[in-house]
Amino acid sequence: MTADADGELLLRAEHVTKYFPIRSGVLLQHEVGRVHAVDDVSLDLRAGETLGLVGESGCGKSTLARCIARLYPLTGGSVVFEGQDISRLSRRKLRPVRRELQLVFQDPYASLNPRKRVGEILSDPLRIHRSGNRVQIKKRVRELLELVGLSPEHINRYPHEFSGGQRQRIGVARALALHPKLIIADEPVSALDVSIRAQVINLLDDLQDELHLTYIFIAHDLGVVRHVSDRIAVMYLGKIVEVSPAEELYQRPVHPYTEALLSAVPIPDPDLSDRRTQIVLEGDVPSPILPPSGCRFHPRCRYATKICAEQEPPLAEYGSDGHLAACHHPLNIGLPATPAAAADAPSAAAEVPAEEAPASD
Amino acid sequence: MTGEPLLEVRDLRVSFRTEDGLVQAVDGVSLSLSEGETLGIVGESGSGKSVTMMSVMRLINDPNARFEGEVLFKGHDLMTLNPEQIREVRGTGIAMIFQDPMTSLNPVHRVGKQIAEQILAHQDISKQAARARAIDLLAAVGIPQPAERVDNYPHEFSGGMRQRVMIAMAVSCNPDILIADEPTTALDVTIQAQILKLLRKLRNDFGTAVVLITHDMGVVADMADRIAVMYAGRIVEQGTRREVFYDAQHPYTWGLLGSIARLDRPKPRRLATIPGQPPSLLRLPEGCAFGDRCAHRFDLCDERPPLLARVDGNHLDACHLEPKQKKELRETTIHPELIGTAE
Repeated sequence: MTADADGELLLRAEHVTKYFPIRSGVLLQHEVGRVHAVDDVSLDLRAGETLGLVGESGCGKSTLARCIARLYPLTGGSVVFEGQDISRLSRRKLRPVRRELQLVFQDPYASLNPRKRVGEILSDPLRIHRSGNRVQIKKRVRELLELVGLSPEHINRYPHEFSGGQRQRIGVARALALHPKLIIADEPVSALDVSIRAQVINLLDDLQDELHLTYIFIAHDLGVVRHVSDRIAVMYLGKIVEVSPAEELYQRPVHPYTEALLSAVPIPDPDLSDRRTQIVLEGDVPSPILPPSGCRFHPRCRYATKICAEQEPPLAEYGSDGHLAACHHPLNIGLPATPAAAADAPSAAAEVPAEEAPASD
Repeated sequence: MTGEPLLEVRDLRVSFRTEDGLVQAVDGVSLSLSEGETLGIVGESGSGKSVTMMSVMRLINDPNARFEGEVLFKGHDLMTLNPEQIREVRGTGIAMIFQDPMTSLNPVHRVGKQIAEQILAHQDISKQAARARAIDLLAAVGIPQPAERVDNYPHEFSGGMRQRVMIAMAVSCNPDILIADEPTTALDVTIQAQILKLLRKLRNDFGTAVVLITHDMGVVADMADRIAVMYAGRIVEQGTRREVFYDAQHPYTWGLLGSIARLDRPKPRRLATIPGQPPSLLRLPEGCAFGDRCAHRFDLCDERPPLLARVDGNHLDACHLEPKQKKELRETTIHPELIGTAE
């Protein structure tokens, strides 16, 4: 991956692997299998960028994020954050790292302690990290509330007194309390209604500009990911199958899985929706306990041939700007950066015929 | 898609008595559905879309609930039927698919038995025949090896497969109307595409009318013939899908369309948002329920709730603004690129 663009390298994950053991037996437990949640994933993250992480449920995107944050011990590989390998650090040595690296969770109902007031929720990280005296902490909490668009008067309220969108703002404020550099947001808007979702996305956008944050943004909504991300990594069954600059991924997906994923997104435009031909993947995601041989996507892939079942394709570079994909039969290669079809619908997902059909009813 | 409406909801009002006061969940909703038609109902959580359809099915047993209005199905008012009669309508007349296939199947019974149960309740056939029919249905909804899978328990199916089982169950007695309440919300996009494809196929094969409840504008754009947009228990706009998408009349619809991060258009610098949040159903304002969040509010909006007035033909909307004003305002509210294909 090219790390020479814009910001400096903030985080490098190399060969990150996480297997969850499946045990059987009552007293004499023995391992009978392993869930291959994340399998040999490497990623670079530059300061100030937003990396989107997409894929279906169970593809390992949340596990990868939790490995990066060291919420799970790694089975293999390393995570280097600001030049320091944090994958083997002790709990105590990890604490200063945690200050720099915070999480926002999906469910704003489950991630806030219902028995604590907002003031306590926001001051806890400050107290744990001994960040100032009582007066300073109180001042910081008020600052945080204003930062995320809540009123400082809300300081004595309980989480249940807030709506979903407001709670997610509290979650964001908590993550910001210690001036982190990197925020890992795990499906931060999936639980919210459309109109509220847009508010929270814009808030995250503003905060990034204001505080020079770096985001890892996990979501299954490809529209949301495109909106927030500079680069996007697509995961399938524990592997990264494609990494690309955001717009590029939508214009020219290289991996057939990315193509199918984009094609599955419903388009909120009746005419476009009628005219496009959708690729519908058959079947379900295979079990990560016994992942398919070779390319893990081959049983569902419409381009699969013999080699796909036998050899695992490595991540290879397509194009100059760090567009990587792992496929034996890459798509859209050798095309100009803006294909002709993109002129009237700037998305390969739309698959609109080049000639503009007259709108008819 | 013309002819007598199959289902007609007239001025439906549903309220719940709670400790805090009266919650007006549905406030004067009128809808109609013709044979073979697909009606999409969109709105955010709490807008009353599910309660409306649950009331149509008479599935709300809460003693604190109060219902007013009429629900005419093939000319009979469902609200006046006794439990025996309504049971006849459910399944054979109107069937429903729920959002969460994990909780709507009984975990301790085999799926085949659960499908057969409904068939046996409505048809006078043998258990073997019902089982055979269950296998046929599983095959029809695209479950591989239906003859073996019929004896599986729900936990042996994936989320998408369970939703297929739910659909098999819903269509088992050839209903005239299929109500799908957020059928794909709990599923991944790739599985969602599979399920929508299946629903489209069933609709085309059997001519079933479908009511599709969702919050996803993309799904209705794909599936619906007509769309009703709900907000705070009321329908604020209703029209064909082209009317709602290309000639949206209500500021709330503009807001909804503007706040989607979409793949088919150039990326806007910022998403349009609707400020604030939906009003409490305990204290609905005197005037337009959307007034507090609307950028184009004027005196009349506070006085009385706007009625669903005719724009032209069957395109209804509940906004006091003049059509000409709306056209101008809309262009400044929604990103210009979002209504690019309107003309």
